[in-house]
Amino acid sequence: MRTTPRSALAIAAGVRGGELSAVAVLEEHLASIAAREADVHAFNLVMEAEARQRAAAIDEMVAGGHDPGPLAGVPVALKDLLCTRGIPTTCSSRILEGWVPPYNATSVTRLHAAGAVAVGKTNMDEFAMGSSTEHSAFGPTRNPHDLTRVPGGSSGGSAAAVAAGFASVSLGSDTGGSIRQPAALCGVVGVKPTYGMVSRYGLVAFASSLDQIGPFAVDVADAALVLDVIGGHDEMDSTSLPGAGPQAARNLGRGAEGLRVGLIAELAGAEGIAADVAARVREAADALAGAGAKVEEVSVPSVRYGLSAYYMIAPAEASSNLARFDGVRYGLRVPGNDITEMYIATRSAGFGAEVKRRIMLGTYALSAGYYDAYYGKAQKVRTLIIRDFEEAYRSFDVLLSPTSPTTAFALGAKTSDPLTMYLNDVCTIPSNLAGHPAMSVPFGQGGDGLPIGVQVLAPALGEPLMFQVAEVLESLARSLGGGK
Amino acid sequence: MSSVVNTLAGWEIVIGLEVHCELGTVTKLFCGCRNAFGDEPNTNVCPVCLGLPGSLPVLNKQSVEYAIRIGTALHCRVQPSIFHRKNYFYPDMPKDFQISQYDIPINTDGWLELPSGKRVGIVRAHMEEDTGKTTHIGGGGRIHQAGYSLVDYNRAGVPLVEIVSAPDMRSAEEARDYVEELRAILVATGASDGKMEEGSLRVDCNVSVRAEGSTEYGTRCEIKNMNSLRSLGRAVSYEAARQVELLNAGDRVAQETRHWDEADGRTHSMRSKEEAFDYRYFPEPDLVALAPSEEWVQAVRDGLAMLPAERRGRVAEATGVPVSAEAVSTVVRLELDGLIMATVAAKADAGLALRRLANEVAGELADGTTHHIDPDGFVRLVRMEQDGALTSAQARTVLKVLVVEGGDPTAIAAGLGYEAMAAGALAEVVDQVMAANPGEWARYAAGDDKLTGFFIGKIKAATGGNADLRAATELLRQRRAT
Repeated sequence: MRTTPRSALAIAAGVRGGELSAVAVLEEHLASIAAREADVHAFNLVMEAEARQRAAAIDEMVAGGHDPGPLAGVPVALKDLLCTRGIPTTCSSRILEGWVPPYNATSVTRLHAAGAVAVGKTNMDEFAMGSSTEHSAFGPTRNPHDLTRVPGGSSGGSAAAVAAGFASVSLGSDTGGSIRQPAALCGVVGVKPTYGMVSRYGLVAFASSLDQIGPFAVDVADAALVLDVIGGHDEMDSTSLPGAGPQAARNLGRGAEGLRVGLIAELAGAEGIAADVAARVREAADALAGAGAKVEEVSVPSVRYGLSAYYMIAPAEASSNLARFDGVRYGLRVPGNDITEMYIATRSAGFGAEVKRRIMLGTYALSAGYYDAYYGKAQKVRTLIIRDFEEAYRSFDVLLSPTSPTTAFALGAKTSDPLTMYLNDVCTIPSNLAGHPAMSVPFGQGGDGLPIGVQVLAPALGEPLMFQVAEVLESLARSLGGGK
Repeated sequence: MSSVVNTLAGWEIVIGLEVHCELGTVTKLFCGCRNAFGDEPNTNVCPVCLGLPGSLPVLNKQSVEYAIRIGTALHCRVQPSIFHRKNYFYPDMPKDFQISQYDIPINTDGWLELPSGKRVGIVRAHMEEDTGKTTHIGGGGRIHQAGYSLVDYNRAGVPLVEIVSAPDMRSAEEARDYVEELRAILVATGASDGKMEEGSLRVDCNVSVRAEGSTEYGTRCEIKNMNSLRSLGRAVSYEAARQVELLNAGDRVAQETRHWDEADGRTHSMRSKEEAFDYRYFPEPDLVALAPSEEWVQAVRDGLAMLPAERRGRVAEATGVPVSAEAVSTVVRLELDGLIMATVAAKADAGLALRRLANEVAGELADGTTHHIDPDGFVRLVRMEQDGALTSAQARTVLKVLVVEGGDPTAIAAGLGYEAMAAGALAEVVDQVMAANPGEWARYAAGDDKLTGFFIGKIKAATGGNADLRAATELLRQRRAT
């Protein structure tokens, strides 16, 4: 049995106060990893030695009268597309074989500066392209709640690591739902912040205009704590927002009294949303009303086109972002008779099928003569979605929807049919297209006993309100006894 | 191929130029690495300019200011702009795309005035990043046959402004004049050192031909790899003649990119229109829109140094020489016009100053040497010649010393023994010559002007060539009149 807390807030408080040793906290997490990682496969790399050294250093700091920071001694797991100096960063792809970044991602630097202890690099769908963590060159991650099921994706390893107690919190990246969907499927909290809230410097890009880094945590308060550490302006990222940062914890504890909550009609009862998921979302809406919020259905018509627009924009940007993996400078190189053959051999061997599929899609979408019909049109849909959300936010403070259409599905169930897999992200994609924040909060279980997540959406910079409502949902879920 | 002149009879050449100009910023366009030529390969690099996974570009403010200076100097509209990605695979491009500007560049719709007075339209002057530099070893220096290739990424990410002209030039000479004038403007703005030999200035050229009198453009070819003004001129002449020969033979010109070979003096087909890359341009999502404030643009405009055309006008006005005169553009090109303006300020003879600078000094500087003349010394020298204290020959000699060593012209003249020939000494010589040749003097005094040359010759001989002959002639006239 664990003797140290799971919560990052509790760990940090204990370590900073000297009542808890960072080493002891870490050893418990490493013990969990030793016990279950072989089954779950949340990690591409467990940084045991580095973590032990770091935890000892944190304890020494405290002993020496220094404050290691708000995440003192908190074991964190990092999605394996965040650059870590001196530690391999693979994006779960063969193409990055042997590459060791010479620099840290800004979010990694900030975690470190706040006293966190990195325990490992987590498995993911290759280059974050997927919704099940099955598209990894190093084999799938399994859902800690049921090892026959997927953890969701693409940040499946980071979600599973927190759900399995391998780390207190973790970082993932969310391009179309890659934090929120696995959070829902693994029964943890997952946050996609406002675009520009967290620096993307050092995040290996999938789709630059959609990617955001965000936290996984066991509860809303922990997620807010981590986001407040990693968020805020960074001069290394031109799209980083100026200003006061996320202030995710600002409104915690304020309840839901008087808040206006809109249930997105197009997503709440859409075709393909499982009955148990729809039911939990209704219950969440009702519970919020019971807690004093004004809850109504609202139409955001253009979210229906989100998926189509996303599958133009994201692959288009990816086709360009992934061009640099060409065998010339780093990573895998498969020799050829001339440079063109080398390019082809390297990229053919280095990328998996899903990545190749998206590179081809994106290359086509950007081709001369097709740009306007595909990429150009998709950008117009994006504008429409932003407009429709703005319209909805005239009447509502936050919006509500399912996070994922179903609970965790079986491994292999959707790998042969990319379209079915893509539909997993239908509820999460609109927030990425709009650049708005959204998060998933566990709210009960499905008929199969597996976790269900409810998504809270907010307008740009709406993190304080979003976390406020998420925290209320979290306590309502607990009082409801975890659903049925 | 027969002589270009004969071949081109009845045809008109149409030329448009694309000039890539490296900006002289301290750091690169999107990172803090040093922007320097000639350093040890791959030493000025970082995750950003190496395009390492996860790195992001951040725009260098100085490069934007330089781009605005160039746009302003070329009379362009400076507008809010965005960056695009130009996608293609090449080992010297770390990201396998180039961040460039596409349909919304920072500078559009300007013009450049050639020294001849002709205006060449500027379509755009946009910002982009430079690539690295590849050296292919073996295989005749071509990538696909090479044994191996070396890439230096020091140049990757160096800021460039690409200046695209309208197809307004009509001869190889005009194309050269354009590049020379553009270079002078770029140097005057302080945005670039304009060194073609170091690749700071790289010229691509679009050439087409059409029957004289035709208003439609012919099919154009783009020519690359011209490393000097001379090769630009040669390449244009060759290419125009090649196209005319094709057309005269009833063939058609194929739209293609051609490579200038300095060694054989020909252009060679690189890739046809069909083989042209599809660059799949799309807006760069890692950068935000570039919208320089009105105040900033105005401040840059106000701070701009005087441009060559304006300086030529100033020289022409001060000297009374036509602005299109070669002497005027020569002194401006060699940055000697400041000396003329110093002469004007001292109310000395600016026309004389122009002649000395455009002839003697320009001649001395032809091989690229720098001069050591300071304005004060130069003005005093002009005045000495103007007042007859020095003869033209003496002044020219002193000027050559000033060019090479600098210094005080009076002292230099004294050192050369020129001081004795002040006005009083000359009068003495004139009197001696008169006395020594009484017969000739009588005839001259009676009005025979043909004897002027005789006396001048005698005076020249008596002074060892150091006499101011204008002053001597004047003295002869005075003596005859009294």
